[in-house]
Amino acid sequence: MSRHFVSIEGLSKVYPSKEQDLVVFEGANIGIDKGEFVCIIGHSGCGKSTILNVMAGLETPTTGTMIMDNKEASGPSLDRGVVFQNYSLLPWLTALQNVSFGVKARWPTWNKAKVEAHSSHFLEMVGLSGALHRKPSELSGGMCQRVSIARAFATSPKLLLLDEPFGALDALTRGVIQDELLKIWSETQQTVFMITHDVDEAILLADRVLLMTNGPHARVAESVKINIARPRNRANIIEDPAYYKIRNYLVNFLVKRSGQLSGSAGQVGGATQEVDPSVEINPKSEQSAALKAAI
Amino acid sequence: MASLNMKATLLSLLLLLVGLGIWEAMNQAPAASTGLSEYERMMGGADQEARVPPPSQVFSHAWDELSDPFYDAGPNDKGIGIQLAYSLYRVLTGYLAAALIAIPLGFVIGMSPLMHKALNPFIQVLRPISPLAWMPLALFIIRDSEGSAIFVIFICSIWPMLINTAFGVANVRTDWIKVARTHELSPLKTAFLVILPAAAPTILTGMRISIGIAWLVIVAAEMLVGGTGIGYYVWNEWNNLDLNSVIFSILMIGLVGMLLDMTLAAVTKLVQYED
Ligand SMILES: Nc1ncnc2c1ncn2[C@@H]1O[C@H](COP(=O)(O)OP(=O)(O)O)[C@@H](O)[C@H]1O
Ligand SMILES: [Mg+2]
Repeated sequence: MSRHFVSIEGLSKVYPSKEQDLVVFEGANIGIDKGEFVCIIGHSGCGKSTILNVMAGLETPTTGTMIMDNKEASGPSLDRGVVFQNYSLLPWLTALQNVSFGVKARWPTWNKAKVEAHSSHFLEMVGLSGALHRKPSELSGGMCQRVSIARAFATSPKLLLLDEPFGALDALTRGVIQDELLKIWSETQQTVFMITHDVDEAILLADRVLLMTNGPHARVAESVKINIARPRNRANIIEDPAYYKIRNYLVNFLVKRSGQLSGSAGQVGGATQEVDPSVEINPKSEQSAALKAAI
Repeated sequence: MASLNMKATLLSLLLLLVGLGIWEAMNQAPAASTGLSEYERMMGGADQEARVPPPSQVFSHAWDELSDPFYDAGPNDKGIGIQLAYSLYRVLTGYLAAALIAIPLGFVIGMSPLMHKALNPFIQVLRPISPLAWMPLALFIIRDSEGSAIFVIFICSIWPMLINTAFGVANVRTDWIKVARTHELSPLKTAFLVILPAAAPTILTGMRISIGIAWLVIVAAEMLVGGTGIGYYVWNEWNNLDLNSVIFSILMIGLVGMLLDMTLAAVTKLVQYED
Protein backbone atom coordinates (compact mmCIF):
# COMPACT_ATOMS: atom_id res chain seq x y z
CA MET A 1 0.00 0.00 0.00
CA SER A 2 2.71 2.45 0.90
CA ARG A 3 4.01 2.65 -2.65
CA HIS A 4 2.02 5.89 -2.79
CA PHE A 5 3.60 9.15 -1.71
CA VAL A 6 0.67 9.75 0.62
CA SER A 7 -1.12 6.70 1.86
CA ILE A 8 -4.14 6.80 4.12
CA GLU A 9 -5.31 3.52 5.56
CA GLY A 10 -8.47 2.64 7.44
CA LEU A 11 -9.12 6.21 8.46
CA SER A 12 -12.28 6.97 10.45
CA LYS A 13 -13.56 9.80 12.57
CA VAL A 14 -16.16 9.44 15.29
CA TYR A 15 -17.51 12.33 17.31
CA PRO A 16 -18.64 10.85 20.61
CA SER A 17 -21.89 12.12 22.03
CA LYS A 18 -24.19 11.13 24.88
CA GLU A 19 -27.04 9.61 22.85
CA GLN A 20 -25.35 8.20 19.79
CA ASP A 21 -21.80 8.56 18.54
CA LEU A 22 -21.55 10.31 15.19
CA VAL A 23 -19.48 8.22 12.77
CA VAL A 24 -18.64 10.87 10.20
CA PHE A 25 -16.67 8.60 7.89
CA GLU A 26 -15.00 5.22 8.18
CA GLY A 27 -12.73 2.86 6.33
CA ALA A 28 -11.23 5.57 4.17
CA ASN A 29 -8.29 4.36 2.07
CA ILE A 30 -6.65 7.01 -0.08
CA GLY A 31 -3.40 6.89 -2.01
CA ILE A 32 -1.91 9.97 -3.61
CA ASP A 33 1.17 9.95 -5.82
CA LYS A 34 3.81 12.62 -5.82
CA GLY A 35 2.82 15.59 -7.95
CA GLU A 36 -0.71 14.32 -8.31
CA PHE A 37 -3.76 16.59 -8.17
CA VAL A 38 -6.61 14.80 -6.41
CA CYS A 39 -10.08 16.24 -5.84
CA ILE A 40 -12.72 14.84 -3.52
CA ILE A 41 -16.41 15.50 -4.04
CA GLY A 42 -19.44 14.55 -2.05
CA HIS A 43 -22.56 16.11 -0.66
CA SER A 44 -22.40 18.88 1.89
CA GLY A 45 -21.99 17.46 5.41
CA CYS A 46 -20.64 14.08 4.30
CA GLY A 47 -17.33 14.69 6.05
CA LYS A 48 -14.99 16.12 3.42
CA SER A 49 -13.69 18.89 5.67
CA THR A 50 -13.29 16.41 8.50
CA ILE A 51 -11.07 14.18 6.32
CA LEU A 52 -9.04 17.20 5.27
CA ASN A 53 -8.64 18.41 8.85
CA VAL A 54 -7.45 14.97 9.89
CA MET A 55 -4.95 15.01 7.02
CA ALA A 56 -3.83 18.49 8.11
CA GLY A 57 -3.31 17.20 11.64
CA LEU A 58 -5.86 19.65 13.04
CA GLU A 59 -8.09 16.75 14.10
CA THR A 60 -7.02 13.35 15.34
CA PRO A 61 -8.45 10.34 13.54
CA THR A 62 -10.43 7.82 15.58
CA THR A 63 -8.76 4.95 13.73
CA GLY A 64 -6.33 4.69 10.87
CA THR A 65 -3.07 6.27 9.87
CA MET A 66 -1.63 8.55 7.28
CA ILE A 67 1.83 7.85 5.90
CA MET A 68 3.52 10.57 3.88
CA ASP A 69 6.93 10.18 2.33
CA ASN A 70 7.46 6.99 4.37
CA LYS A 71 6.78 8.71 7.67
CA GLU A 72 3.67 8.71 9.77
CA ALA A 73 2.01 12.12 9.65
CA SER A 74 0.28 13.17 12.84
CA GLY A 75 -0.33 16.63 14.24
CA PRO A 76 -0.11 19.84 12.21
CA SER A 77 3.06 20.36 10.22
CA LEU A 78 4.57 22.74 7.69
CA ASP A 79 4.85 19.69 5.43
CA ARG A 80 1.12 19.93 4.89
CA GLY A 81 -0.06 23.36 3.78
CA VAL A 82 -3.73 24.25 4.12
CA VAL A 83 -5.93 26.69 2.22
CA PHE A 84 -9.24 27.23 4.01
CA GLN A 85 -12.51 28.16 2.39
CA ASN A 86 -12.69 31.46 4.27
CA TYR A 87 -9.10 32.39 3.35
CA SER A 88 -7.95 32.65 7.01
CA LEU A 89 -5.66 35.57 6.35
CA LEU A 90 -4.48 37.60 9.31
CA PRO A 91 -6.37 40.87 8.82
CA TRP A 92 -3.78 43.08 10.54
CA LEU A 93 -1.09 42.05 8.04
CA THR A 94 -0.73 43.11 4.41
CA ALA A 95 -0.83 40.58 1.57
CA LEU A 96 2.96 40.43 1.51
CA GLN A 97 3.20 40.10 5.29
CA ASN A 98 0.65 37.29 5.26
CA VAL A 99 2.72 35.32 2.78
CA SER A 100 5.95 36.21 4.60
CA PHE A 101 4.36 34.91 7.80
CA GLY A 102 4.36 31.43 6.29
CA VAL A 103 7.78 31.79 4.68
CA LYS A 104 9.37 32.94 7.94
CA ALA A 105 7.82 30.01 9.78
CA ARG A 106 9.18 27.64 7.12
CA TRP A 107 12.71 29.05 6.89
CA PRO A 108 13.41 30.88 10.18
CA THR A 109 17.02 31.57 9.23
CA TRP A 110 16.26 33.50 6.07
CA ASN A 111 16.89 37.25 6.22
CA LYS A 112 14.20 39.81 5.58
CA ALA A 113 15.17 40.53 1.97
CA LYS A 114 15.14 36.86 1.04
CA VAL A 115 11.78 36.29 2.76
CA GLU A 116 10.24 39.25 0.94
CA ALA A 117 11.66 38.34 -2.45
CA HIS A 118 10.39 34.77 -2.12
CA SER A 119 6.97 35.93 -0.91
CA SER A 120 6.51 38.56 -3.63
CA HIS A 121 7.48 36.00 -6.24
CA PHE A 122 4.58 33.79 -5.20
CA LEU A 123 2.18 36.73 -5.02
CA GLU A 124 3.26 37.61 -8.54
CA MET A 125 2.46 34.07 -9.67
CA VAL A 126 -1.16 34.58 -8.63
CA GLY A 127 -1.27 37.99 -10.27
CA LEU A 128 -1.11 40.14 -7.16
CA SER A 129 2.14 42.06 -7.67
CA GLY A 130 0.12 45.27 -7.58
CA ALA A 131 -1.46 44.62 -4.20
CA LEU A 132 1.49 43.57 -2.04
CA HIS A 133 0.92 46.21 0.60
CA ARG A 134 -2.82 46.04 0.91
CA LYS A 135 -4.59 44.54 3.88
CA PRO A 136 -7.22 41.79 3.40
CA SER A 137 -10.01 44.30 4.12
CA GLU A 138 -8.85 46.24 1.06
CA LEU A 139 -8.89 43.15 -1.17
CA SER A 140 -11.79 41.39 -2.86
CA GLY A 141 -12.69 37.84 -1.88
CA GLY A 142 -10.95 36.51 -4.96
CA MET A 143 -7.78 38.44 -4.18
CA CYS A 144 -7.83 37.20 -0.58
CA GLN A 145 -8.04 33.61 -1.78
CA ARG A 146 -5.11 34.25 -4.12
CA VAL A 147 -3.05 35.49 -1.17
CA SER A 148 -4.03 32.41 0.76
CA ILE A 149 -2.99 30.16 -2.16
CA ALA A 150 0.30 32.05 -2.50
CA ARG A 151 0.95 31.62 1.24
CA ALA A 152 0.40 27.87 0.99
CA PHE A 153 2.50 27.35 -2.15
CA ALA A 154 5.28 29.65 -0.90
CA THR A 155 6.10 27.29 1.95
CA SER A 156 6.54 24.37 -0.53
CA PRO A 157 4.73 21.80 1.59
CA LYS A 158 4.96 18.16 0.57
CA LEU A 159 1.19 18.05 0.40
CA LEU A 160 -1.19 20.91 -0.18
CA LEU A 161 -4.71 20.65 1.22
CA LEU A 162 -7.43 22.92 -0.13
CA ASP A 163 -10.90 23.00 1.45
CA GLU A 164 -13.38 24.33 -1.12
CA PRO A 165 -11.08 27.23 -1.88
CA PHE A 166 -13.40 28.75 -4.47
CA GLY A 167 -16.72 28.01 -2.79
CA ALA A 168 -17.37 31.61 -1.81
CA LEU A 169 -16.36 33.18 -5.12
CA ASP A 170 -18.46 34.21 -8.09
CA ALA A 171 -18.18 32.05 -11.24
CA LEU A 172 -16.05 34.51 -13.18
CA THR A 173 -13.48 35.01 -10.45
CA ARG A 174 -13.46 31.29 -9.76
CA GLY A 175 -12.54 30.57 -13.37
CA VAL A 176 -9.63 32.99 -13.34
CA ILE A 177 -8.22 31.62 -10.10
CA GLN A 178 -8.65 28.02 -11.27
CA ASP A 179 -6.38 28.88 -14.19
CA GLU A 180 -3.89 30.47 -11.80
CA LEU A 181 -4.01 27.45 -9.52
CA LEU A 182 -3.27 25.18 -12.52
CA LYS A 183 -0.37 27.40 -13.52
CA ILE A 184 1.22 27.54 -10.08
CA TRP A 185 0.62 23.80 -9.62
CA SER A 186 2.35 22.88 -12.89
CA GLU A 187 5.25 25.21 -12.12
CA THR A 188 5.80 23.91 -8.61
CA GLN A 189 4.81 20.27 -9.23
CA GLN A 190 3.03 20.21 -5.90
CA THR A 191 0.99 17.31 -4.64
CA VAL A 192 -2.52 18.63 -4.09
CA PHE A 193 -5.60 17.30 -2.33
CA MET A 194 -8.62 19.52 -2.85
CA ILE A 195 -12.23 19.47 -1.75
CA THR A 196 -14.81 20.82 -4.13
CA HIS A 197 -18.53 20.52 -4.70
CA ASP A 198 -18.22 21.64 -8.31
CA VAL A 199 -18.01 18.74 -10.80
CA ASP A 200 -16.63 20.92 -13.62
CA GLU A 201 -13.96 22.31 -11.35
CA ALA A 202 -12.91 18.80 -10.36
CA ILE A 203 -12.65 17.69 -14.01
CA LEU A 204 -10.67 20.77 -14.98
CA LEU A 205 -8.15 20.46 -12.17
CA ALA A 206 -7.78 16.87 -11.07
CA ASP A 207 -5.87 13.80 -12.17
CA ARG A 208 -8.28 11.75 -10.09
CA VAL A 209 -11.56 12.53 -8.37
CA LEU A 210 -12.51 10.69 -5.20
CA LEU A 211 -16.21 10.18 -4.62
CA MET A 212 -17.64 10.17 -1.14
CA THR A 213 -20.96 8.60 -0.20
CA ASN A 214 -23.42 10.47 1.96
CA GLY A 215 -22.83 10.59 5.69
CA PRO A 216 -22.99 9.51 8.40
CA HIS A 217 -20.80 6.42 7.95
CA ALA A 218 -19.54 8.04 4.75
CA ARG A 219 -16.97 6.18 2.68
CA VAL A 220 -14.58 7.06 -0.09
CA ALA A 221 -16.31 4.79 -2.57
CA GLU A 222 -14.58 5.36 -5.89
CA SER A 223 -11.57 6.92 -7.45
CA VAL A 224 -12.34 8.29 -10.92
CA LYS A 225 -9.51 8.83 -13.34
CA ILE A 226 -9.76 12.05 -15.34
CA ASN A 227 -8.34 10.87 -18.62
CA ILE A 228 -8.02 14.26 -20.32
CA ALA A 229 -4.69 15.54 -21.62
CA ARG A 230 -3.00 18.53 -20.04
CA PRO A 231 -2.57 21.42 -20.35
CA ARG A 232 -6.27 21.89 -19.91
CA ASN A 233 -8.27 25.06 -19.91
CA ARG A 234 -11.91 25.83 -19.48
CA ALA A 235 -12.46 26.50 -23.20
CA ASN A 236 -10.88 23.38 -24.73
CA ILE A 237 -11.75 20.86 -22.06
CA ILE A 238 -15.40 20.57 -23.09
CA GLU A 239 -14.30 19.52 -26.59
CA ASP A 240 -12.51 16.48 -25.25
CA PRO A 241 -14.51 13.30 -26.10
CA ALA A 242 -14.05 12.02 -22.56
CA TYR A 243 -15.38 15.17 -20.91
CA TYR A 244 -19.10 14.38 -20.98
CA LYS A 245 -18.60 10.74 -20.12
CA ILE A 246 -16.69 11.73 -17.02
CA ARG A 247 -19.07 14.53 -16.18
CA ASN A 248 -22.13 12.29 -16.53
CA TYR A 249 -20.47 9.67 -14.39
CA LEU A 250 -19.70 12.14 -11.62
CA VAL A 251 -23.11 13.81 -11.72
CA ASN A 252 -24.82 10.42 -11.71
CA PHE A 253 -22.85 9.47 -8.64
CA LEU A 254 -23.76 12.66 -6.80
CA VAL A 255 -27.43 12.53 -7.76
CA LYS A 256 -28.14 8.79 -7.40
CA ARG A 257 -25.43 6.53 -6.18
CA SER A 258 -23.96 8.59 -3.32
CA GLY A 259 -27.27 8.04 -1.52
CA GLN A 260 -27.72 4.39 -2.56
CA LEU A 261 -24.21 3.43 -1.49
CA SER A 262 -24.52 5.37 1.75
CA GLY A 263 -24.24 3.23 4.85
CA SER A 264 -23.84 -0.04 2.90
CA ALA A 265 -21.56 -1.46 5.53
CA GLY A 266 -20.56 -4.45 3.43
CA GLN A 267 -17.90 -2.43 1.70
CA VAL A 268 -16.31 -0.93 4.79
CA GLY A 269 -12.64 -1.65 4.77
CA GLY A 270 -12.73 -2.62 1.11
CA ALA A 271 -10.43 -1.01 -1.38
CA THR A 272 -11.55 2.11 -3.14
CA GLN A 273 -13.01 1.15 -6.52
CA GLU A 274 -10.98 2.59 -9.38
CA VAL A 275 -12.91 3.81 -12.43
CA ASP A 276 -12.11 5.36 -15.79
CA PRO A 277 -15.38 6.61 -17.33
CA SER A 278 -13.60 7.63 -20.55
CA VAL A 279 -13.13 3.93 -21.28
CA GLU A 280 -16.35 2.47 -19.89
CA ILE A 281 -19.34 3.93 -18.19
CA ASN A 282 -20.38 1.12 -15.90
CA PRO A 283 -17.41 -1.10 -15.09
CA LYS A 284 -18.03 -4.74 -14.30
CA SER A 285 -15.84 -6.09 -11.61
CA GLU A 286 -13.43 -8.12 -13.77
CA GLN A 287 -13.08 -5.26 -16.22
CA SER A 288 -12.25 -2.90 -13.43
CA ALA A 289 -9.72 -5.39 -12.12
CA ALA A 290 -8.06 -5.40 -15.51
CA LEU A 291 -8.18 -1.66 -15.47
CA LYS A 292 -6.53 -1.56 -12.07
CA ALA A 293 -3.70 -3.62 -13.40
CA ALA A 294 -3.30 -1.24 -16.30
CA ILE A 295 -3.07 1.88 -14.10
CA MET B 1 -18.46 66.37 6.05
CA ALA B 2 -16.50 69.60 6.27
CA SER B 3 -19.67 71.63 6.51
CA LEU B 4 -21.05 69.30 9.19
CA ASN B 5 -17.90 69.78 11.26
CA MET B 6 -18.11 73.49 10.77
CA LYS B 7 -21.76 73.60 11.85
CA ALA B 8 -20.97 71.46 14.87
CA THR B 9 -18.12 73.77 15.89
CA LEU B 10 -20.30 76.85 15.52
CA LEU B 11 -23.06 75.22 17.55
CA SER B 12 -20.59 74.24 20.28
CA LEU B 13 -19.29 77.78 20.49
CA LEU B 14 -22.82 79.14 20.61
CA LEU B 15 -23.80 76.79 23.43
CA LEU B 16 -20.62 77.73 25.29
CA LEU B 17 -21.35 81.42 24.97
CA VAL B 18 -24.98 81.01 26.05
CA GLY B 19 -23.94 78.89 29.02
CA LEU B 20 -21.27 81.29 30.12
CA GLY B 21 -23.65 84.21 29.61
CA ILE B 22 -26.32 82.70 31.86
CA TRP B 23 -23.71 81.78 34.47
CA GLU B 24 -22.26 85.30 34.39
CA ALA B 25 -25.70 86.95 34.61
CA MET B 26 -26.90 84.80 37.50
CA ASN B 27 -23.94 85.59 39.68
CA GLN B 28 -23.86 89.37 39.79
CA ALA B 29 -23.58 91.00 43.22
CA PRO B 30 -27.05 91.55 44.77
CA ALA B 31 -28.47 94.98 44.18
CA ALA B 32 -29.39 95.68 47.78
CA SER B 33 -28.51 94.24 51.18
CA THR B 34 -31.61 95.35 53.07
CA GLY B 35 -33.68 93.11 55.25
CA LEU B 36 -31.07 90.60 56.27
CA SER B 37 -32.18 88.17 58.89
CA GLU B 38 -30.14 87.68 62.02
CA TYR B 39 -28.96 84.35 60.62
CA GLU B 40 -27.82 85.94 57.40
CA ARG B 41 -25.93 88.61 59.28
CA MET B 42 -24.27 85.93 61.40
CA MET B 43 -23.23 84.03 58.26
CA GLY B 44 -21.73 87.16 56.69
CA GLY B 45 -24.83 88.13 54.75
CA ALA B 46 -24.31 88.85 51.08
CA ASP B 47 -20.61 88.25 51.35
CA GLN B 48 -18.90 87.93 47.95
CA GLU B 49 -17.22 84.69 49.02
CA ALA B 50 -20.48 82.84 49.55
CA ARG B 51 -21.49 82.96 45.88
CA VAL B 52 -20.31 80.98 42.90
CA PRO B 53 -17.92 83.30 41.08
CA PRO B 54 -18.89 84.29 37.54
CA PRO B 55 -16.88 82.90 34.61
CA SER B 56 -15.06 86.18 34.04
CA GLN B 57 -13.51 85.87 37.50
CA VAL B 58 -12.74 82.17 37.01
CA PHE B 59 -11.00 82.84 33.72
CA SER B 60 -8.90 85.69 35.01
CA HIS B 61 -7.90 83.43 37.91
CA ALA B 62 -7.15 80.60 35.45
CA TRP B 63 -4.97 82.95 33.48
CA ASP B 64 -2.96 83.79 36.63
CA GLU B 65 -2.57 80.12 37.55
CA LEU B 66 -1.65 78.95 34.07
CA SER B 67 0.91 81.68 33.55
CA ASP B 68 2.95 80.16 36.41
CA PRO B 69 1.79 76.54 36.76
CA PHE B 70 4.88 75.12 38.49
CA TYR B 71 5.51 77.56 41.36
CA ASP B 72 6.15 75.99 44.74
CA ALA B 73 5.59 78.18 47.78
CA GLY B 74 5.38 75.58 50.52
CA PRO B 75 3.21 72.55 51.26
CA ASN B 76 -0.12 74.36 50.93
CA ASP B 77 0.69 76.57 47.98
CA LYS B 78 1.84 74.86 44.82
CA GLY B 79 1.06 75.60 41.17
CA ILE B 80 -1.65 73.64 39.35
CA GLY B 81 1.01 72.03 37.14
CA ILE B 82 2.77 70.51 40.15
CA GLN B 83 -0.50 69.21 41.59
CA LEU B 84 -1.51 67.64 38.29
CA ALA B 85 1.94 66.12 37.92
CA TYR B 86 1.61 64.44 41.32
CA SER B 87 -1.76 63.01 40.34
CA LEU B 88 -0.54 61.87 36.94
CA TYR B 89 2.47 60.21 38.52
CA ARG B 90 0.24 58.21 40.88
CA VAL B 91 -2.25 57.33 38.18
CA LEU B 92 0.38 56.20 35.71
CA THR B 93 2.34 54.20 38.30
CA GLY B 94 -0.72 52.34 39.57
CA TYR B 95 -2.07 51.94 36.06
CA LEU B 96 1.13 50.53 34.57
CA ALA B 97 1.57 48.14 37.50
CA ALA B 98 -2.00 46.98 36.90
CA ALA B 99 -1.35 46.53 33.17
CA LEU B 100 1.79 44.51 33.90
CA ILE B 101 -0.27 42.06 35.91
CA ALA B 102 -3.65 42.23 34.20
CA ILE B 103 -2.51 41.60 30.64
CA PRO B 104 -0.42 38.45 31.23
CA LEU B 105 -2.99 37.13 33.69
CA GLY B 106 -5.77 37.95 31.23
CA PHE B 107 -3.85 35.93 28.62
CA VAL B 108 -3.72 32.94 30.93
CA ILE B 109 -7.42 33.21 31.80
CA GLY B 110 -8.35 33.69 28.16
CA MET B 111 -6.35 30.70 26.97
CA SER B 112 -7.16 28.24 29.73
CA PRO B 113 -10.77 27.38 30.46
CA LEU B 114 -9.55 25.81 33.71
CA MET B 115 -7.94 29.04 34.93
CA HIS B 116 -11.00 30.95 33.79
CA LYS B 117 -13.30 28.80 35.88
CA ALA B 118 -10.92 28.79 38.84
CA LEU B 119 -10.29 32.53 38.97
CA ASN B 120 -13.70 33.80 37.92
CA PRO B 121 -15.28 33.69 41.41
CA PHE B 122 -12.48 35.85 42.83
CA ILE B 123 -12.81 38.35 40.02
CA GLN B 124 -16.57 38.52 40.43
CA VAL B 125 -16.29 39.28 44.16
CA LEU B 126 -13.34 41.67 44.00
CA ARG B 127 -14.43 43.66 40.97
CA PRO B 128 -17.54 45.39 42.41
CA ILE B 129 -15.66 46.68 45.47
CA SER B 130 -15.36 50.45 45.39
CA PRO B 131 -11.64 51.14 45.10
CA LEU B 132 -11.83 53.61 48.01
CA ALA B 133 -13.02 50.81 50.29
CA TRP B 134 -9.49 49.43 50.04
CA MET B 135 -8.00 52.67 51.34
CA PRO B 136 -8.07 51.96 55.11
CA LEU B 137 -6.61 48.50 54.61
CA ALA B 138 -4.00 49.88 52.23
CA LEU B 139 -3.04 52.61 54.70
CA PHE B 140 -2.73 50.04 57.47
CA ILE B 141 -0.62 47.61 55.44
CA ILE B 142 1.47 49.98 53.34
CA ARG B 143 1.72 52.68 56.06
CA ASP B 144 2.30 55.32 53.45
CA SER B 145 -0.29 57.64 51.93
CA GLU B 146 1.51 57.83 48.60
CA GLY B 147 1.75 54.06 48.25
CA SER B 148 -1.86 53.65 49.34
CA ALA B 149 -3.11 56.06 46.70
CA ILE B 150 -1.12 54.20 44.07
CA PHE B 151 -2.50 50.91 45.33
CA VAL B 152 -6.05 52.19 45.03
CA ILE B 153 -5.35 53.21 41.42
CA PHE B 154 -3.81 49.79 40.81
CA ILE B 155 -6.81 47.93 42.16
CA CYS B 156 -9.37 49.99 40.25
CA SER B 157 -7.60 49.85 36.91
CA ILE B 158 -6.82 46.14 36.97
CA TRP B 159 -10.36 44.83 36.35
CA PRO B 160 -11.29 46.29 32.95
CA MET B 161 -7.86 45.35 31.59
CA LEU B 162 -8.03 41.84 33.02
CA ILE B 163 -11.53 41.14 31.81
CA ASN B 164 -11.04 42.62 28.36
CA THR B 165 -7.74 40.82 27.82
CA ALA B 166 -9.27 37.50 28.86
CA PHE B 167 -12.28 38.10 26.63
CA GLY B 168 -10.19 39.22 23.66
CA VAL B 169 -7.82 36.26 23.97
CA ALA B 170 -10.61 33.72 24.43
CA ASN B 171 -12.40 34.98 21.34
CA VAL B 172 -9.55 34.99 18.87
CA ARG B 173 -10.97 33.35 15.74
CA THR B 174 -10.20 29.64 15.64
CA ASP B 175 -9.22 30.05 11.98
CA TRP B 176 -6.27 32.18 13.00
CA ILE B 177 -5.24 29.68 15.65
CA LYS B 178 -5.42 26.99 12.95
CA VAL B 179 -3.13 29.11 10.78
CA ALA B 180 -0.64 29.26 13.65
CA ARG B 181 -0.91 25.50 14.18
CA THR B 182 -0.44 24.57 10.51
CA HIS B 183 2.64 26.80 10.47
CA GLU B 184 4.08 24.98 13.48
CA LEU B 185 4.36 28.14 15.58
CA SER B 186 5.55 27.63 19.15
CA PRO B 187 3.09 28.62 21.89
CA LEU B 188 5.11 31.76 22.58
CA LYS B 189 5.19 32.75 18.91
CA THR B 190 1.48 32.01 18.61
CA ALA B 191 0.84 34.32 21.57
CA PHE B 192 2.89 37.18 20.16
CA LEU B 193 2.33 36.84 16.41
CA VAL B 194 -1.32 35.80 16.35
CA ILE B 195 -3.20 36.12 19.63
CA LEU B 196 -1.77 39.44 20.78
CA PRO B 197 -2.43 41.35 17.54
CA ALA B 198 -5.82 39.67 17.21
CA ALA B 199 -6.85 40.63 20.75
CA ALA B 200 -5.07 44.00 20.81
CA PRO B 201 -8.11 46.16 20.01
CA THR B 202 -10.11 44.52 22.82
CA ILE B 203 -7.17 44.83 25.23
CA LEU B 204 -6.73 48.48 24.35
CA THR B 205 -10.42 49.11 24.93
CA GLY B 206 -9.96 47.71 28.43
CA MET B 207 -6.91 49.91 28.94
CA ARG B 208 -8.90 52.93 27.85
CA ILE B 209 -11.71 52.17 30.29
CA SER B 210 -9.13 51.65 33.03
CA ILE B 211 -7.36 54.95 32.55
CA GLY B 212 -10.72 56.73 32.69
CA ILE B 213 -11.63 55.02 35.96
CA ALA B 214 -8.17 55.64 37.40
CA TRP B 215 -8.47 59.34 36.70
CA LEU B 216 -11.93 59.42 38.33
CA VAL B 217 -10.65 57.63 41.41
CA ILE B 218 -7.42 59.57 41.95
CA VAL B 219 -9.35 62.77 42.81
CA ALA B 220 -11.31 61.02 45.53
CA ALA B 221 -8.24 59.15 46.77
CA GLU B 222 -6.21 62.33 47.10
CA MET B 223 -9.05 64.05 48.94
CA LEU B 224 -8.74 61.25 51.49
CA VAL B 225 -4.98 61.00 51.85
CA GLY B 226 -4.16 64.69 51.38
CA GLY B 227 -0.77 66.27 50.95
CA THR B 228 -0.44 66.78 47.21
CA GLY B 229 -2.27 66.15 43.96
CA ILE B 230 -5.22 67.65 42.18
CA GLY B 231 -7.77 65.96 44.44
CA TYR B 232 -6.13 67.38 47.53
CA TYR B 233 -5.90 70.76 45.77
CA VAL B 234 -9.65 70.91 45.11
CA TRP B 235 -10.45 69.99 48.68
CA ASN B 236 -7.90 72.42 50.08
CA GLU B 237 -9.24 75.31 48.01
CA TRP B 238 -12.76 74.44 49.19
CA ASN B 239 -11.52 74.71 52.76
CA ASN B 240 -10.02 78.08 51.83
CA LEU B 241 -13.38 78.99 50.29
CA ASP B 242 -11.53 79.87 47.10
CA LEU B 243 -14.29 78.95 44.66
CA ASN B 244 -12.31 80.38 41.73
CA SER B 245 -9.63 77.78 42.28
CA VAL B 246 -12.19 75.02 42.85
CA ILE B 247 -13.92 75.67 39.54
CA PHE B 248 -10.62 76.15 37.76
CA SER B 249 -9.27 72.81 39.02
CA ILE B 250 -12.53 71.05 38.10
CA LEU B 251 -12.01 72.23 34.54
CA MET B 252 -8.38 71.10 34.60
CA ILE B 253 -9.41 67.63 35.82
CA GLY B 254 -11.74 67.37 32.87
CA LEU B 255 -9.11 68.54 30.41
CA VAL B 256 -6.41 66.15 31.62
CA GLY B 257 -8.89 63.27 31.67
CA MET B 258 -9.80 64.05 28.10
CA LEU B 259 -6.15 64.10 27.06
CA LEU B 260 -5.53 60.71 28.72
CA ASP B 261 -8.53 59.26 26.90
CA MET B 262 -7.46 60.75 23.58
CA THR B 263 -3.98 59.24 23.96
CA LEU B 264 -5.39 55.76 24.54
CA ALA B 265 -7.86 56.25 21.70
CA ALA B 266 -4.96 57.08 19.39
CA VAL B 267 -3.07 53.94 20.43
CA THR B 268 -6.23 51.86 19.96
CA LYS B 269 -6.45 53.18 16.43
CA LEU B 270 -2.91 51.96 15.74
CA VAL B 271 -3.74 48.34 16.61
CA GLN B 272 -7.24 48.35 15.15
CA TYR B 273 -7.79 46.13 12.14
CA GLU B 274 -10.72 45.68 9.84
CA ASP B 275 -11.96 42.15 9.50
N1 LIG C 1 -16.46 19.14 16.13
C1 LIG C 1 -17.53 18.42 15.71
N2 LIG C 1 -18.32 17.79 16.61
C2 LIG C 1 -19.37 17.06 16.22
N3 LIG C 1 -19.74 16.90 14.93
C3 LIG C 1 -18.99 17.50 13.98
C4 LIG C 1 -17.85 18.29 14.31
N4 LIG C 1 -17.30 18.76 13.16
C5 LIG C 1 -18.07 18.27 12.16
N5 LIG C 1 -19.09 17.52 12.64
C6 LIG C 1 -20.09 16.82 11.83
O1 LIG C 1 -19.43 16.02 10.90
C7 LIG C 1 -20.17 15.98 9.68
C8 LIG C 1 -19.27 16.29 8.52
O2 LIG C 1 -18.90 17.65 8.54
P1 LIG C 1 -17.90 18.27 7.44
O3 LIG C 1 -16.66 17.47 7.42
O4 LIG C 1 -17.76 19.71 7.74
O5 LIG C 1 -18.71 18.08 6.09
P2 LIG C 1 -18.40 18.65 4.64
O6 LIG C 1 -17.13 19.39 4.68
O7 LIG C 1 -18.37 17.46 3.74
O8 LIG C 1 -19.55 19.53 4.28
C9 LIG C 1 -21.33 16.94 9.84
O9 LIG C 1 -22.48 16.20 10.08
C10 LIG C 1 -20.95 17.77 11.03
O10 LIG C 1 -22.09 18.16 11.72
MG1 LIG D 1 -16.68 21.50 4.37
